[in-house]
Amino acid sequence: MDKLENLMEVRSLKKYFPVQEKLFSSRHRSVKAVDGIDLDIQNGETLGLVGESGCGKTTAGRAILRLVKPTAGEVRFRSTRLAPGGTQEVDVVKASRAQMKILRREMQIIFQDPYSSLNPRMTVGAILAEPLAVHRLLARKDRRRRVEQVLSAVGLRPEHMRRYPHEFSGGQRQRIGIARALILNPRLIICDEPVSALDVSIQAQVLNLLEDLQKDLELTYLFIAHDLSVVKHISKRVAVMYLGKVVELAPTEELFVRPRHPYTEALISAVPVPDPDFHTERILLEGDVPSPIDPPPGCPFHPRCRYAREICREELPPLREVSPQHFTACHLADKLQLQPIDAGAPEGAIATSREQRRGK
Amino acid sequence: MPNREEPQREGSRSPSKLDTVRRSPLSIIFLRLVKWTSRGRVALQGQTILKIGLVIVIAFVLMTVIANKFPLITGYHPTLYRDAPRLQPPSLHHWMGTDHLQRDVFSRILAGGYASLIVAFSAVALSMAAGSILGWISGFVGGWLDRVLSLAMDAIYSFPSMILAIVLVAMFGSGIAPMIWAVAFVYIPTYFRVTRAEVLQVRETTYVEAIRAVGASSARIIVRHVAPNTVNAIMAVSSFNLADAILTVAALSFLGFGLPPPAPDWGFDIQNGQKFLQSGAWWLITFPGLMIIILSLGFGLIGEGISDLVNPRRRRKRKRL
Amino acid sequence: MSRILRYVSQRLLLTLPMLFILLTVVFLILRVLPGDPVSAMLGGRNVSQEVMESYRVKLGFDKPLLTQYVDYLGGIVRGDFGNSLRTGRPVLYELFIRFPATIELALWGMLVAVLLGFTSGVIAATRADRPLDHAIRVFHISSFAMPLFWLGLMLQIIFCVKLGWFPVAGRIGGRLAFSFHSITGFYVLDAILRWDGKALLDILRHLVLPAFTLGIALTGLQGRMTRASMLENLNQDYVTTARSKGVPERLVVLQHTLRNALIPIITVFGLQFAVLMGGAVLTETIFSWPGIASYLVRAIEARDYPSIQGAVVFIALFISAVNLFVDVFYSVIDPRVRY
Repeated sequence: MDKLENLMEVRSLKKYFPVQEKLFSSRHRSVKAVDGIDLDIQNGETLGLVGESGCGKTTAGRAILRLVKPTAGEVRFRSTRLAPGGTQEVDVVKASRAQMKILRREMQIIFQDPYSSLNPRMTVGAILAEPLAVHRLLARKDRRRRVEQVLSAVGLRPEHMRRYPHEFSGGQRQRIGIARALILNPRLIICDEPVSALDVSIQAQVLNLLEDLQKDLELTYLFIAHDLSVVKHISKRVAVMYLGKVVELAPTEELFVRPRHPYTEALISAVPVPDPDFHTERILLEGDVPSPIDPPPGCPFHPRCRYAREICREELPPLREVSPQHFTACHLADKLQLQPIDAGAPEGAIATSREQRRGK
Repeated sequence: MPNREEPQREGSRSPSKLDTVRRSPLSIIFLRLVKWTSRGRVALQGQTILKIGLVIVIAFVLMTVIANKFPLITGYHPTLYRDAPRLQPPSLHHWMGTDHLQRDVFSRILAGGYASLIVAFSAVALSMAAGSILGWISGFVGGWLDRVLSLAMDAIYSFPSMILAIVLVAMFGSGIAPMIWAVAFVYIPTYFRVTRAEVLQVRETTYVEAIRAVGASSARIIVRHVAPNTVNAIMAVSSFNLADAILTVAALSFLGFGLPPPAPDWGFDIQNGQKFLQSGAWWLITFPGLMIIILSLGFGLIGEGISDLVNPRRRRKRKRL
Repeated sequence: MSRILRYVSQRLLLTLPMLFILLTVVFLILRVLPGDPVSAMLGGRNVSQEVMESYRVKLGFDKPLLTQYVDYLGGIVRGDFGNSLRTGRPVLYELFIRFPATIELALWGMLVAVLLGFTSGVIAATRADRPLDHAIRVFHISSFAMPLFWLGLMLQIIFCVKLGWFPVAGRIGGRLAFSFHSITGFYVLDAILRWDGKALLDILRHLVLPAFTLGIALTGLQGRMTRASMLENLNQDYVTTARSKGVPERLVVLQHTLRNALIPIITVFGLQFAVLMGGAVLTETIFSWPGIASYLVRAIEARDYPSIQGAVVFIALFISAVNLFVDVFYSVIDPRVRY
C-alpha cells in the first residue's frame, strides 16, 4: 500500500451546537465549535492537531468519528473492511448504521481523562472484551486470549484483567484506554490529549508506547493536544486550530522553524526548550478567546494579534499554500518575519531533544 | 484414567484454581454465594450505622412474623384476650399496660407492625420499579416525552406527599391494598427524579462515549452501563423511602384508613389511645409510637450507611480529578 | 429592577404550564384513577342505586369525562369550587375562613424549624465529627423518624395533662373566643392590632405546642441540609483564604460562609413548605386546629366530594404560588442567577 496515500480526507467539516435561548426568543444562535476545517491524514503518519482549550479540536475529533453528528462537511475514509481485499472510500458523515458499525472497527479513540473513561464497575477484562462482544468477534475463550495479548502489548500483565480500574495509577489506566482502542485492530486512532492528564514523568512513557505501537501495528494517529511541546515529538505534520478553524498546517520541523501565522508564533514561544543559553521572547497573548457564538469579523485572531492591520479586521483570510506542504491562513504571511523556536540552531535543537527522549 | 488427571494438570498450570476447575451448576451457585457473602462482609466492615440499621429492621421483621404466626407467644392473644383489668399502667403482668378493651398492649405491639411492614415494602418496591423504569426511559429518550413526564413528576413531587396519600387512600378505600397503591403512587416521582438525573449524568460520561465509539447499541448502553450505575442511588433512596413510608402508613392508620379495628396496628392503637389521653393513659400512645420510631430509624440508618458507603468513593474520585 | 420584573414575568409564564399539569394530575387522581368516585365515596354504605345515581348527577359525573374536565378547569378559573355537601356553603368560602389558621400555624412552625434546625446545623458543621456533632446528627435523624402525631400527643400528655401549662386544643380559649373578634384571621396579628394583651397571651399559649410539633417535622431536614451545606462551604478555598488572613473563626462562619451556605437551603424552601402542609394535616387534627388541612380530613371522613376536590386544588394553587415566590426571592439574593 502506498504509504503517502491519504487514509482520511476531511472537507469543510462543521459542527454547530444550538444555544439554549430564552423561552420565547425567535433568534436561533449556535456555537460554531468547528467551523469548516479541511485536513488530510496520510496513511501511517501522526498528524498533530493543536489549539487552546475551546478552539474546537476535541469536537473536531468527535465529529470525525461521528460521536457527535457533524452539521455539514465530509469525512472521507479509505476503508479496507468494507471492501475486502481492496479499499473503498466512504463518507463517515453519510455512512449507514451498518456501515458505521464496521467503520468503528477501523477508527478508534483514546480519551484525555483516564479516570472517567473507564467504567468503575467493570473489571479491566470486561472493559476490554466489550468491544469484541459488541461486534460478536471471536469465541469466548479466544476473546480472553485477545485481551491478554492487547494487555501485554500496552505493557500490562494478563492478570490485571481481573482488577477494577480504581486499582490502577493514571498512567496504567491510560494504557488500559489504549488497549481498548487497540482491541478491534483499528487503522486510525484519534488520540484526544492522551497525556495531558498525566504526570509529566509518565507522559514520556505513554508517548513512547504510542510511537512503538504505531510502528508495530502500522497505525495512523490524529494527535490532539493543547500545546505544541507534546506534539513536537510525535507528529510528522501539525495543524493549528483557532476558534473552529485551521489557521496553519505544516510539517512539524517546518512549522517550528518557519511559522507563518502569528498565533503559531505565540504557541511556539510557549514551548520550553532544554537549553540554558537559549532565550526567546515569550509572546503573551492578550485578551480572551472570542466567543464562538459571535466570532469576530475578518480574521478570527485579529483582536489578539499584535500584527493586525486594517484588512485583518475586514476579510477572512483563506488557508493557502505559502510554500510546499505549508498552509497558513494569514493575510500577512508573506510580509511578516516570525520568531521560530530556536534562532541559533534551528533543526538541531528539535532533533536532539527528540533523541534524548528516545534514549531514556 | 487419563481423563481423571486432566483437570488436575490444568488446575496446576493456571494461577487460579477457581477459574479452571470444571464447574457443575451446583458449584457455580456455591461459588457465587461465597463471592456474594464475602463481598457483603467486606462492604459491612466498619459500617456500624449500617449494621445497627440492618439489625433493627431484621429484628422487627422477625418479631412481626413470629407474633402474627404464634399470637400466644406472650401468653396473651393480641385480639382475643380480653380479661385484663381495664386501662392499667405497665405492670409485671402487662409490661406495657392494658387498653380500654382490657387487652394486653405488649402483645398488640409485637404484632402491630404487620400492616406497616407489608405496605412499606410493597409500596416502595412498586414505586421503585415504576419510577426507575420511567426515569430510565425519560432520561434516555429525551424530547417531549421527557419534558411532559418531568413536568408531571415535578407537579406530583411538589404536592405535599402526606395529603396526596390521604386523598388517594380516600379514593381507593381503606385497607392494606389501597394503602399500598396510594403510598406507591406518592413515591414514584422520587425514583423518577433520581434515576433520570443519574441517567443524564452517566450518559455524558466518557466511558459511555468510549463504548459508543466502539459501536454499541443504545439498548446495550442502558442495560450494561447506565442501569448498574443507578443502582447505588436507588438503594440509598429506597431505604430513606422505607423510613418515610413507615411514618406515612402509621399516619394513615392513625387517621383511620388502615386495617379494620380489632387487628393490632401501631397507628390505629395510638388513635385509640388519644381518646384516653385526658385520663393520663400515656402507655397507650408511648409504646406504639416508640415502635414506629425505632423501625423508621432502622431504615433511616440503613440509608445513611449506604450513602456513606457510596459517597466516600465519590469524594475520593473528585479529589483525583 | 426591570430585569427582575422581566424575570418574574417569565417565571410566571413558566408556572402556568406547571400549574396546568398539576391541576390535570389532581383531576386524574380524583376522577379517573379509582374508577368511580361515587361508589368509592358511598361504598360500604347501604344506599340504593337511585341515591347513587342522584349523587352522580348532582356532581356532574354523568357527563363525559372531557366535559367534566372542562367544567373542572372552568370552575377553578371562575373561582367556583361548588358547594360543600355538609354545610351547603360555597367550598371556597369554607377554605378562605380556615386558610389564615393554617398559614399562621405553618409560619410559626417554620420559625421553630429555622431556629432549631438551622442553628443546630451550623453548630454541628463547626464541630464536625466531634461528640456534639454526633449528638446533633442523632437528633436530626430521630426527628426524621418521629411520627408527628405521636410527638404531638406526647407533648399533650406532658404539658397539658400532667403539667397543665398549655391548652390541648383550638386557637383561643373558650371564654375569650366569644369576645374576641378577628380582623385578618391571623390571631396573633389580630390580638396585637386590638392591643389585647390577655388574648395575645392566650393565643400564644395555644400556638406553642402545635407550632413546635409541626416545626420538628422540618427540623431534621433543615438541620441536615444546613450542616452539609456549611461543611461544603467551610472546605472551600475562599474560607481558607479568610482564615489565613487571620479572620476570627466566628466571623469566618458568620460572615463568609453562612450566606453562601444559605442559598441551597432557600432553593428547597418550596419543598419544605410542602412538608409543612403535609405535617399540618396531622397537627391540625390532633390539636383541633381549624385550618384547611383538618377541613380536608373531615371532608374525607364525611365523603364530601366537592370539599375534597376544592381543598386539594386550593393547596395545589397555594404550593405553586409559594414555589413561584421562592424562585423570585432566590433570584434576588443569589447574584449568580441569570435573568
